[in-house]
Amino acid sequence: MAYESIKTELNGLFENAGDSFGMLVLELAAENLLPLVTRLKEEFGFALFLDVTAVDYPERQPRFEVVYHFYAVKHNKRLRLRTRVPEADPTVATLTRLYGSANFMEREVHEMYGIKFAGNKDLRPILLYEGFVGHPLRKDYPIDREQPLVEYRTSG
Amino acid sequence: MLVNLGPSHPATHGTIQVIAELDGETVKKADIHCGYLHRGFEKQAEHHNYHKIIPYTDRLNYCSSLNNNFAYAATVEALLGIEITPRCKYLRTLLAEYNRIADHVTCIAATVMELGAMTAFLYLMTIRDYIFEHLNHLTGARLTYSYVRIGGMARDLPEGWLERLEEILKFYERYIKRIHGLLDRNRIFIDRTRNTGVLSTEQALHWGYTGPILRSTGAAIDIRKDAPYLAYDELEFEVPVGIKGDNYDRYYVRMCEMDQSVSMVRQLIKLLPDGPLNVQDHRVVLPEKERVYVETESVINHFKIIMEGIQVPAGEVYLSHEAPNGELGFYLVSDGSGRPYKLHVRGPSFLHMGGMHTLLEGYQLADVIATFGSMNMIGGECDR
Amino acid sequence: MAMMDFLTTRKDELVGWVRKFSLFPYPFVTACCGMEFMSVSSTLYDTDRFGAALPRFTPRQSDLLMVVGTITHKEAPVIKKVYDQMCEPKWVLAFGACATSGGFYRNYAVLQGVDKNIPVDIYVPGCPPRPEMVIDAIMKLQDRIAGDRHPIFPFEKQDEVKL
Repeated sequence: MAYESIKTELNGLFENAGDSFGMLVLELAAENLLPLVTRLKEEFGFALFLDVTAVDYPERQPRFEVVYHFYAVKHNKRLRLRTRVPEADPTVATLTRLYGSANFMEREVHEMYGIKFAGNKDLRPILLYEGFVGHPLRKDYPIDREQPLVEYRTSG
Repeated sequence: MLVNLGPSHPATHGTIQVIAELDGETVKKADIHCGYLHRGFEKQAEHHNYHKIIPYTDRLNYCSSLNNNFAYAATVEALLGIEITPRCKYLRTLLAEYNRIADHVTCIAATVMELGAMTAFLYLMTIRDYIFEHLNHLTGARLTYSYVRIGGMARDLPEGWLERLEEILKFYERYIKRIHGLLDRNRIFIDRTRNTGVLSTEQALHWGYTGPILRSTGAAIDIRKDAPYLAYDELEFEVPVGIKGDNYDRYYVRMCEMDQSVSMVRQLIKLLPDGPLNVQDHRVVLPEKERVYVETESVINHFKIIMEGIQVPAGEVYLSHEAPNGELGFYLVSDGSGRPYKLHVRGPSFLHMGGMHTLLEGYQLADVIATFGSMNMIGGECDR
Repeated sequence: MAMMDFLTTRKDELVGWVRKFSLFPYPFVTACCGMEFMSVSSTLYDTDRFGAALPRFTPRQSDLLMVVGTITHKEAPVIKKVYDQMCEPKWVLAFGACATSGGFYRNYAVLQGVDKNIPVDIYVPGCPPRPEMVIDAIMKLQDRIAGDRHPIFPFEKQDEVKL
């Protein structure tokens, strides 16, 4: 299986194909994510879901870019998917039905950027705590805005 | 009944909370709460130069800091388009394997101490302390080394370092025989660890496991063999795999990997070439002090690298190394300035915790300790 | 009267001697400093020589809270609870730069020093500190414990000498 066969067979589901240091990069619209990933897993053997993260481009529209990485164990090939979601409705389909590892990672992206994963019922904060206001990894969150849970001591 | 194995653990494993629903002694449902050590690595990286991020990468998997350092430096060097010198390549491989030994020693020591084997813990800590002192002689620090620089390393090997390395490897072999003797066929150890926390390969891949845990299920997946980086394609080593994927297999896979690392270090001591350590690229590497004191161009070069940082061309890259815990990946997006636009760490421990509840459910409460120890959850890597 | 003074100072010394050589630490280990804590408890740099080796992993039975590693805001209620659950007399040792002052993490998630929430008796700087520094800290803490006065008789409470 070479990257060429992915590009030819899945043509129509993605918008652009590129190369990044030997890794195939596919850019696609958010609606095509779940069908594309399902076909990648079942037909091309991308059994290991490595990573999902997001990048914030505040000046661009749509604002957020959600980036996925996959690894096909049988063929020893990696793959990156990029999709963009706007700030007004930052929703993307969840991959928890296909990969169990997606759960924790989607929770992290949700609390750090505010991106909602449709279908993931468990989007509790994982690295931050209940009561934290805001999404820290967005570019407009100042780095030293602390939200302490315990009152500071005045003297001792 | 809900039992809280709270964030302050008796195990010196880091801070993580397991809320277990028990039925008698059997765990019916386990809910893992991590994030108690979230130190904002990604946000911090967006505000620092590329060199200033190196100490932060140390503290990701703090038991094997050099592996994180090298993975990060390789990511930045890939975007910069720099090829490191042969001496640097072999030295990085040697130190990565040396630190892998230290990490596996820590994992096994902590796990067996939880099960009650204090003697094994003390033996392994002695080995680890000698490794720490030795690396202290090289880098200046015992635990979080910050030894790598983009394009090379901080300084070259001192006199007598390789001879002491050989002494430590011999000491390691003597003591590891004792650990094998204490634990391998120990009835109590086998009863605690055999058939607890069993994982199959499809389950492991479904939940995102990589590294020794995936290999203990029987799948020989190792980035050092599948997509060799640094000097791994010139070394002869095997990838140990387990049979059942239970706690005993994970312990034994780690012991075998340590032996493989020792043999790799010995091969690398012979293969280490002479030559310059840092790449001769003025965009990235500081000029030598003798020239900085004499020439104006060197002063300005030094000044710009320190004050503005290395200017990495715009682009994105994902590069992963085989860290002792699994696949450690760095995803770097650069906008052309001296600071990363986005630096994401794919920490293996975070994903291991995502799937750990399947390994706890159905087993007894005491097995939680053995399973959790064999996962080698390092808080810095899990919560970043 | 001088005899009474002699006896009460001996009493204070005895209580101080007993307390300082039987410290039961509660190692609240979170991060990288935990590795150095494991080293300092092991054979090469032994805390058992100072009586401070047996960790008690429950706050009810320990008297030295060693805050080892970074404390984040998520963890702060936990450590406050653990500190409140300990009985008097109790001491706190802030182990490492992160527990002392937040270390080099200045962001939304890290508590800038555990002394913002609980009173700290002795700080050990370092990232992570060398085991010898930790032993030095324990010895200084033992000096302070030895010098504490424990007034029980009315005449003792008149002029307390605080060291």
